[in-house]
Amino acid sequence: MSDARPASARTATPPEGIRRIRMPQKLRNLEFWLLIVACFINAAAIVLVQLGALGRVDTQLVLLGAGLSLLVFGLHIAMRFVARDADPFLLPIATVLNGLGIAMIYRIDIAEGDAGWESAAVRQIAWSAIAIICAIATILVIRNHRVLFRYTYLAGLVAIILLLLPLVPGLGREVYGARVWIGFGDIATFQPGEIAKIALAVFFAGYLVRNRDSLSMVGTKFLGMQFPRARDLGPLLIVWALSMAVIVFQRDLGTALLYFGLFLVMLYVATSRLSWVVLGLSLFIGGAIIASQTLDYVGNRFANWLDPFSDARFNADPGGSYQLVQGLFGLANGGLIGTGWGQGRPDLTPVPQSDYIIASLGEELGLAGIFAILALYLLFVARGFRIGFAGQDDFGKLLGVGLAFVVALQVFIVVGGVTRVIPLTGLTTPFLAAGGSSLVANWIIVALLLRLSDTVRNHPRLVIDG
Amino acid sequence: MNRELKRVSIVALLMFLTLLVSSTIIQYVQAEALEADSRNSRTLYESYSIERGPILVDGEPIASSQPSDDNYKFQRVYANGPLYAPVTGFIPVNGEATGLERSLNDYLSGQSSSQFFDSLNRLISGQDPMGASVEVAIDPVAQQAAWDALGEQSGAVIVTEPSTGRILAMVTKPTYEPNTMAVHDSEQVIATYEGLLADPGDPLFNRATGGDMNPPGSVFKLVVVAAALESGKYTPESQLPNPSSFTLPGTDSVVRNTEGGDCGGGATVSLATALRLSCNIPFAELGIELGDAAIREQAEKFGFNSEFEIPTATEPSVYPRVLDDAQTALSAFGQYEVRATPMQMAMVSAAIANGGIVMNPNLVDQITAPDFTPLQEFEPREFGRAISEETANTMVGMMINGVENGAASNARIDGVSVAGKTGTAENGESDPYTLWFTGFAPADNPQYAITVLVEDGGGLGQEGYGNLIAAPIAKQVLEAVLNK
Repeated sequence: MSDARPASARTATPPEGIRRIRMPQKLRNLEFWLLIVACFINAAAIVLVQLGALGRVDTQLVLLGAGLSLLVFGLHIAMRFVARDADPFLLPIATVLNGLGIAMIYRIDIAEGDAGWESAAVRQIAWSAIAIICAIATILVIRNHRVLFRYTYLAGLVAIILLLLPLVPGLGREVYGARVWIGFGDIATFQPGEIAKIALAVFFAGYLVRNRDSLSMVGTKFLGMQFPRARDLGPLLIVWALSMAVIVFQRDLGTALLYFGLFLVMLYVATSRLSWVVLGLSLFIGGAIIASQTLDYVGNRFANWLDPFSDARFNADPGGSYQLVQGLFGLANGGLIGTGWGQGRPDLTPVPQSDYIIASLGEELGLAGIFAILALYLLFVARGFRIGFAGQDDFGKLLGVGLAFVVALQVFIVVGGVTRVIPLTGLTTPFLAAGGSSLVANWIIVALLLRLSDTVRNHPRLVIDG
Repeated sequence: MNRELKRVSIVALLMFLTLLVSSTIIQYVQAEALEADSRNSRTLYESYSIERGPILVDGEPIASSQPSDDNYKFQRVYANGPLYAPVTGFIPVNGEATGLERSLNDYLSGQSSSQFFDSLNRLISGQDPMGASVEVAIDPVAQQAAWDALGEQSGAVIVTEPSTGRILAMVTKPTYEPNTMAVHDSEQVIATYEGLLADPGDPLFNRATGGDMNPPGSVFKLVVVAAALESGKYTPESQLPNPSSFTLPGTDSVVRNTEGGDCGGGATVSLATALRLSCNIPFAELGIELGDAAIREQAEKFGFNSEFEIPTATEPSVYPRVLDDAQTALSAFGQYEVRATPMQMAMVSAAIANGGIVMNPNLVDQITAPDFTPLQEFEPREFGRAISEETANTMVGMMINGVENGAASNARIDGVSVAGKTGTAENGESDPYTLWFTGFAPADNPQYAITVLVEDGGGLGQEGYGNLIAAPIAKQVLEAVLNK
């Protein structure tokens, strides 16, 4: 396997025969038609919400949604110029998920009687616009992902600063007990941790590509696995300490799990040492168990997970299982085919438009809707992994896998929390949930994955590497 | 690197498969159980979004759903609420329903399996869903008469039809206004409910079928007489020793007759006379002679220690397990730990009136779908035979005698033969007595079995007795229904 290649290799002209199998125009045309379908689905969702909840069609929001579609097509057109070989599925999937999220947020606005700038849906559309513009900017500015390799340590520094921002007095804001927001005045506006996950992925990829030999080659054998030397444990311990700090100081179990899981997976892919994963998981589980014994909010999460239906847990306030159980009631109410847009009562569950949007969608679209949404995520993640499989440089491969896996893990943590696979933690559902920072971060991930996939196809393998 | 990638993608795939499984478990496997959870307000709102079926007495609604323009589409309204509260119960927006609102909820809310095709049909044809209507057996004349006759007393009156077990009247006091529990403001419902719970009069008790149950006192002697006659060793003329006081075996406690002295004079007294004058000592002796097993067996044949669903759940009356001779002696005149509901005593009287066969008590005649097709008809169901027809006939005579010439004289009605038995039960050293009357009329062709329970000595402490307070109430109700 090769390291990041020198720039000269990229400009080499490939043989004619290989050039012919590239059909960028076809890829973009496929993407165009998929986008048409995606926008149609989104418009239909908004109209159905209006028919279901209002009993009439209100053109204002449809027009706002149409404006958003134009931006998506803007990204599409930009790609026709600067990323012609990019994956054709990523953008339509992100568009559909974003649109379904807006429709559900809008539906909950109607139930709660919010309109205008009070309306979370209008704000979500505005943030979506910003996020898509960020994505366009990313794909225009970063013409070559290897640029990011140069900034490995800068990315690490940025990640740490972003993570620390909410702890700065006067800037940090506590929302639902978690100190992961920054804001000005009374308004919590941004979750820097969402952006930090991209910076972390870049940092991990760069760092691991540079250091994987020392992390993977030497060590002592124990129980059939090669364990690393004590002095090589440094990075693992640092990331672990960072995750634990997030749990203790920011009171955010989900984010900690996300970062640590991301690191472990990238570490494993880079070094192919299962022992890292075993060590890391034991450390994290150990830390989580200690946290559940010593920190009330973690203990409550575990107790709610294990026995949400006991009256004591249900009625406990704060820290009870009310939200979890209401979410389960909502999902049960949806059943197999759902109540239909605007026909359920997702507004009975606390924060139905952000942390619990998947339960809201499950209530109104049913198990069928949940399956469709999970299938979209799975396809999105699979396209990301494909970059990992097909990529030629290790940095690109690792970054692609990292970004794809972080989306998969985030979906797993949120949906798994709602459906009682794991304790409930506060994280946003990528693309669906209300929240600007999450949208911006995930659209930047889309742009990066598009860029990586373009590079993969744009450079047919001249050398078969092993 | 690709080998690791493959493994990681398998992990990611497994993560998604886990989510597919977990959401399927919740939305399909557990959905029904989750919907049934009492804390599920969605189910509640949904149950209010369809027009809940009415509960009807003689075709007139005593509970119905009126359109409402708040979070719930309908408001439950109870016509003449306090009068019918023990029948209808109430359905609050938060918490469990009670009464028929609870026991027939599936039908009233249109969720029962027999309504599946009806609701599907309505869904397809675009009609609003609607629950089934419930026609109860209650006779409005009997119910109102029982309410009026009980007056301000704490207690209950129940009237049944001996041949079918249909409950024609069921009144309990003190009671409550179910409309106050049906308001849509849950805070207000909780406040009202807590007020009712804290009320020393226990208005939420349905004293006809449960609550804080009372000792039956002398009305339980009917069960002991039945056991004696059924044993074949006794006739109404069988003689029992007649002392003026009786020390319970193995104790210092002394049993006396209510009037003091012996039972109508003489060294011995007949079983018939002992029942007619309701003397305790002969029954204490008879109880010991019969033994607790025989009395328990007889009591259980009448329905003691069994739960009945009418279809609302009721509390089983109690004849205690395993007694020594002293406890058996006390139990034989309805004291010690014997407890009975008026419904149970009505079953005893009704069985005697019905040739010995106990009918299952039942509040409901018919359940009808919105399109008027009957969903369920409630046919009379036998609980079993408690006594032979011969024993029953003998006991009818003894009970007629009790009203005409005995301790239940205040239940006499001119021109109608009434059979009955009074009871005056002790609750403790200085606590007020519990007063009873149970019987039926007309005795030659029994149409109505009635049991009256009056707590707290009818306001007279230990001065009140069954014939003074309870028998006139029964008389007043019987007169009203017989003159209908």
